[in-house]
Amino acid sequence: MTSLELTMEKPNLAVKESRDVKHDLTSGTPEKTVGEALLDAESARMTCRDVNVYYGEKHAIKNISLDIGRNEVVALIGPSGCGKSTFLRCLNRMNDTIEICHVTGDISIDGMNIYDKKIDVVPLRAQVGMVFQKPNPFPKSIFENVAYGPRIHGLASDKHELEEIVVGSLKRAGLWDEVKDRLHAPGTGLSGGQQQRLCIARTIAVGPEVILMDEPCSALDPIATARIEELIDELRENFTIAIVTHSMQQAARVSQRTAYFHLGTLVEVGDTDDIFTNPRHRLTEDYITGRFG
Amino acid sequence: MNNQTASTPPSTMEKVSAGMGRRYARERRFRVYGMLAVTLGMVFLATLLFSIVSKGYSAFQQTYMELEIHFDPEVLGIQDPNNAAQISGADYPGLVKASLRAEFPEVSNRRDKRTLYGIVSSGAAFELRQMVMQNPALLGTTQRLWVLADDDVDMLVKGHIDRNVEESGRRMSDLQIGWIDHFLDAGRMELRFNTVFLTAGDSREPELAGIRSAITGSLLTLLVTLSLSFPIGVAAAVYLEEFAPTNRWTDLIEVNINNLAAVPSIVFGLLGLAVFINFFGMPRSAPLVGGMVLTLMTLPTIIIAARAALKSVPPSIREAALGIGASKMQMVFHHVLPLAMPGMLTGTIIGMAQALGETAPLLMLGMVAFIVDIPGGVTDPATVLPVQIYLWADSPERAFVERTSAAIMVLLGFLVVMNALAVLLRKRFERSW
Repeated sequence: MTSLELTMEKPNLAVKESRDVKHDLTSGTPEKTVGEALLDAESARMTCRDVNVYYGEKHAIKNISLDIGRNEVVALIGPSGCGKSTFLRCLNRMNDTIEICHVTGDISIDGMNIYDKKIDVVPLRAQVGMVFQKPNPFPKSIFENVAYGPRIHGLASDKHELEEIVVGSLKRAGLWDEVKDRLHAPGTGLSGGQQQRLCIARTIAVGPEVILMDEPCSALDPIATARIEELIDELRENFTIAIVTHSMQQAARVSQRTAYFHLGTLVEVGDTDDIFTNPRHRLTEDYITGRFG
Repeated sequence: MNNQTASTPPSTMEKVSAGMGRRYARERRFRVYGMLAVTLGMVFLATLLFSIVSKGYSAFQQTYMELEIHFDPEVLGIQDPNNAAQISGADYPGLVKASLRAEFPEVSNRRDKRTLYGIVSSGAAFELRQMVMQNPALLGTTQRLWVLADDDVDMLVKGHIDRNVEESGRRMSDLQIGWIDHFLDAGRMELRFNTVFLTAGDSREPELAGIRSAITGSLLTLLVTLSLSFPIGVAAAVYLEEFAPTNRWTDLIEVNINNLAAVPSIVFGLLGLAVFINFFGMPRSAPLVGGMVLTLMTLPTIIIAARAALKSVPPSIREAALGIGASKMQMVFHHVLPLAMPGMLTGTIIGMAQALGETAPLLMLGMVAFIVDIPGGVTDPATVLPVQIYLWADSPERAFVERTSAAIMVLLGFLVVMNALAVLLRKRFERSW
């Protein structure tokens, strides 16, 4: 709140005088999401209905319903602490590792509820892969990094097939030309951008259907970021991608749909072009025009 | 100029610079304290090492003397040179005595004779017996042989008995010194490398006492300790850190483990005596029981070190593994454990070094016994290096003083080797991420 008040005092930001910008954010929180959060059954790959997440007492995510369509990139944007990463981590049950975390509601992939008691998280995470904020290659060779997933899932029947998967994944991640001569060098010796592409290669080597990306470019320089964004666009042909980002330019560049989160609620969802040119909710507009965040 | 600066309020830079002198002085003072602490530690260490080495180095040399031994079957009382029982039971001390009598024919007094026989170690006769049993052809021949001198002679040769003290005030009479000088002048008595110290077991005679049985006992005990405490400790740490839910029970276990690390070791000794020996009827004085008790003692150290090592593995590695669908088990065994291994090994070796130097609990288990034989297995009676040091430090003979220090040197040597190994292992397994 303090940071908010500070920004309020800056005169150059009070552009739209007609609006009352000194509203209390909590009272401005909507009961219902603005825009088309739900897709028809045909085009939706993952469907989330009335998802609530609690960290102990803290109600981190409130009644979120959102569909993620086939072959589309959905960008989740919003100020820090609004629950977009938490929501993303619900989609492959990474939140299970946090003991006090408790999820209610219904999240399905291709009509199958992933929080069903019968569901095993191990194959689920192979189906819904994840790329993290900080590049986190294993302290092993580049080859071993990519080969690890296929190996534990038994995707390759012999060494030759495994090599094919590794080479194919590195090529799709756009890393092959840079590392083909040093496949057995440690993955941690690569540059930050290369490490992140290695992590993407590692994720797609398992053959997931959905890839979740949690601020994948926040630790990278603009050139490496551009490279990853290009890659995301290419990957869209084969994968469904949900990406959390703090960069609105990035959301505008890579995504087809954008969802704006605010204090644990989903405020507005829509086509990326519409959201950035013609936001319907005042909170969305305030955020994308840089009034807070 | 001065007036002007005094009137205007001081700028930030002036305020900062005014305090700089004080800041640096504080830093310098802190450095001096640090240097003092390190210096003090080094001085104490140097004093300790100097005291041990200066007292103990002479134990690695031992006085030997050359005797002309005539293997007379008559003196030995052997009628039939092919009778092994006769050879083994023969009177070998008689050979030594005869040789000494031949060396000094002027000694006729019964009491002087007995004193004369005393300058040769009683071990010499065993050596002769060994020689004859291996080669019966020696019977009837005359050989010039180097045999062990008595420990008092050894002390005189090494200068621990002062010749300038009045005769009544020293352990050796002028007569004895005369005999010894006879050998010394002829070059028939000299200091040689003390192989007995490294190859023999304990003995009442200092010149025959060695640390081989204690070293073997220590190694067997450590072997038992390592093979029990490492797997149990690592398994417990992995379970507690990676799999166990955090609830009241795990909290209780954690508190107890930390408490166990501070329990006096003698208590573990009593526990071992009550449970392993009295209840389960395991053998007394055995490295097996000693190792089990030391396992109980080192387990908390290993578990705490292993848990710290597991905690220090970055969570991003765990997330990476889980994110591509590794099961928890695969995450732990493929990624977390290899990264935590250097820390675990360091903790284990520190625990082992602690166990190597542990004395008190072993006293309770009967490992304080007088062990002459070198233990052949984990159930044989044995003692360990620190207990051997304790036993020798308690012995009245002057020659045991240097042996005590020498045994400490050997123990310290083992500790240095183990800690160097810990550093080496850590360097080898360390990986960056």
